[in-house]
Amino acid sequence: MLNRTIAPDFKEIKGINLVEPEKLVYPNGLKAFIFQAPDLDLIKLEFTFDNILLKEQLAILNPVLSSMLKEGTKTLTSKEIADTVDFYGAYLMPEYSFDQSSLTVYTMHKYVDKVLPILADILQNSNIPQSELDTNIRNNKQSLQISLQKNDVIARRNFYKEVFQGTRYGVLPTEEIYDSISRDAILALYRRQIQPSNCNLFVAGNVDDKIKNLISTFFGQEWENKEEFYKPAIIEFGSYTTELYIEEKPDALQSAVRLGGLTINRRDADFPALQFVNTLFGGFFGSRLMRNIREEKGYTYSIGSYIGNLRHTGFITIASEVGVDVTKQTLAEIQKEFEILRQEKTSEDEIGLVRNYMQGMLLGSLESIFSHVDKFKAVYFSGLDTDYYSYYSDVIKNMDASKVQDIAIRYFDYDKLFKVVVGKI
Amino acid sequence: MINFNRFKLDNGLTVLVHEDHTTAMAVVNILYKVGARDESPEQTGFAHLFEHLMFGGSVNIPNYDAPLQSVGGENNAFTSNDITNYYITLPSDNLETAFWLESDRMLSLAFSEQSLEVQRQVVCEEFKQRYLNQPYGDVYLKLRPLAYKVHPYRWATIGKELKHIENAKMEDVKSFFHKFYTPQNAIMVVAGDVTLEEVKALSEKWFADIPAGNAYERNLPQEPKQEEARQEIVEADVPVDAIYIAFHGVERLSPDYYTTDLISDLLSRGSSSRLYRSLVKENQLFSEINAYMMGSIDTNMFVVEGKPLAGVSLEEAEQHIWKELKKIKSEKVEESELQKVKNKVESTMLFAELSILDKAMNLAFFEMISQAEDYNQEVAKYAAVTADDVQRVAKELFSRENSSTLFYKSKEKENAE
Repeated sequence: MLNRTIAPDFKEIKGINLVEPEKLVYPNGLKAFIFQAPDLDLIKLEFTFDNILLKEQLAILNPVLSSMLKEGTKTLTSKEIADTVDFYGAYLMPEYSFDQSSLTVYTMHKYVDKVLPILADILQNSNIPQSELDTNIRNNKQSLQISLQKNDVIARRNFYKEVFQGTRYGVLPTEEIYDSISRDAILALYRRQIQPSNCNLFVAGNVDDKIKNLISTFFGQEWENKEEFYKPAIIEFGSYTTELYIEEKPDALQSAVRLGGLTINRRDADFPALQFVNTLFGGFFGSRLMRNIREEKGYTYSIGSYIGNLRHTGFITIASEVGVDVTKQTLAEIQKEFEILRQEKTSEDEIGLVRNYMQGMLLGSLESIFSHVDKFKAVYFSGLDTDYYSYYSDVIKNMDASKVQDIAIRYFDYDKLFKVVVGKI
Repeated sequence: MINFNRFKLDNGLTVLVHEDHTTAMAVVNILYKVGARDESPEQTGFAHLFEHLMFGGSVNIPNYDAPLQSVGGENNAFTSNDITNYYITLPSDNLETAFWLESDRMLSLAFSEQSLEVQRQVVCEEFKQRYLNQPYGDVYLKLRPLAYKVHPYRWATIGKELKHIENAKMEDVKSFFHKFYTPQNAIMVVAGDVTLEEVKALSEKWFADIPAGNAYERNLPQEPKQEEARQEIVEADVPVDAIYIAFHGVERLSPDYYTTDLISDLLSRGSSSRLYRSLVKENQLFSEINAYMMGSIDTNMFVVEGKPLAGVSLEEAEQHIWKELKKIKSEKVEESELQKVKNKVESTMLFAELSILDKAMNLAFFEMISQAEDYNQEVAKYAAVTADDVQRVAKELFSRENSSTLFYKSKEKENAE
């Protein structure tokens, strides 16, 4: 008779094997990383640019430039670019993050030669048509109006504004800022940022010799630098208030609650241990915050804590949307969880669960060749190499109660966090 | 192309196995053939609330999540109007843990009062977070009952109102479980780094002794053909007006489903699509415009939605949308434009084959609606659609009598005038 109360045997979770890319450097300074997956019918090319700022307070120009890249070149209109990309079943996606902007294309292998010339033209000859820029700004302003109606968006904006004040990370779009954007400024940024010496290209899929030659011709040879390489400024972070800031919304059914502050980033040796403790605290469905505030108290649909890795800093943030009648209690429970994390020894059972969970997630995060690229990029842009993942696994495997507490005491301090509530308390 | 094998246990559980040894992971996906359409009109939102309760412990295992997390796995679930789908991803070496957990909750839940009480609250907070405390969040709570008068698609999966969830009783939970959560009402797909033999052995070991239960005969009231244009005006605290036009489209298994889907692509997929080109870019009347089909099993809802720019009234916005809809009815689509949306379908299908979870979910869904083999015919079915089909189906779809229009007006704007 089957005994259903006993769990099946557990087997150790395997480590990961990463695909190492072929690295190429072209005379124009472009660095390319080729990840081979010979059986794949899709190819991805991702052109990644460090965000270069005309001025720190002009950080809004970067996302606008990014989205404008597919809106016209000297010879192709926005419509012609869209028609061709869509016709070949390709996806052309400008993306923007705090430190980088990228232009990604996914295309079927059989149409690579149809799609690459468009990318080459965009990278060399974008001309940011005024009418397209007007449309972009108008639509951005309307989406902003809608976003500002969301309590969680307002809470997040307050967090960035306070914690990153005085830096590019703390510059937020407003309608006035959108109105002040000129085509000249976007073009100046384009010339400075979108050039081969500021680009890392990641190619993944069945990259045969024919495709390599196309890449070499279009991007390694024909693409020229337009300006001197720009040396990024050092960013200094200031202090921020740790008082609770409340933005009242009289009609709210839920309050958006957000807490957070600056912390270390991936370059710091403690980073994997910090991620471990964060996972245990609020980083997954079985975390302490979820178990207490959702699964025991039913105050929220979801609560989580998150560690962000940026080039110039790291940050921790805890966020939830909770019923207005339990907003105060939620804050008190979060504070209590911080105290428990710092003061009490964590059980071996809980540590073992988080350790295995994180190893399983690492193993599962490698799905297609595209996830190998993501793993590589994550360490490459932190100035590390893929040995980091062995180090990461070792740290996760060797966590114990005293290490958890040590990390908690050094990095998890409720009193040092900025706190914001948008809604009612 | 997804290869798979199929077998069935004596208690009626269907099992599909897809081997993919390029990964070290396995997926166990269980689809229960029950969704919001199977609820009583007095107890809407129940299928979804029940999904939450499936994580509240089963008869022999008090905690569902922790044992899975401790072997490196994770899980989630979703409820739609048609199905409830549960999935586990875990290192394939620990596959048996998934069988242990899933079979025990198919056998019986713990029916914990505490879990019911907490999850009622959690789902109420989910209701607020997604539908009530968001700009435009309640659109589907209004659009569905406008478009459907008889079919249970007239309510959303979250339910009609908070009260239905607050009133859920343990006896309802138990009867729902016995009615729908039987082996014969489920499809299990195991995919990834697994073999057919091991899945057969594990299925026999863990699932074979679960009682078959009674068969569920679905007998839903079908929506009669709509014969008059419907319209509703809502005022809400939003900064920008919005318009939603819903049409009744064909059911999932109709041969015209593929044509209807391509019509939505022609209208709004990608920056080269008709509505985007004409209404956002060239005439600059909208900041956002979209057209999509819900993909439901019974008669579908095909929705065109947009947010006009300041200074463009909802009435003008409506006229401009109709102008584009009339065009697709009166002028035959060019072959190259039709080829474009077919090519996009082809590349999208390639993406869906990158993930073992996506593959498992697709196999389960097709096994439910017809047979899993049909998943591999999808590209060919889209490819067979002709320009004549597009024109014919567009004519059937886009008539005033088949439309329900929701004008979602900004209160602020009215005050300012």
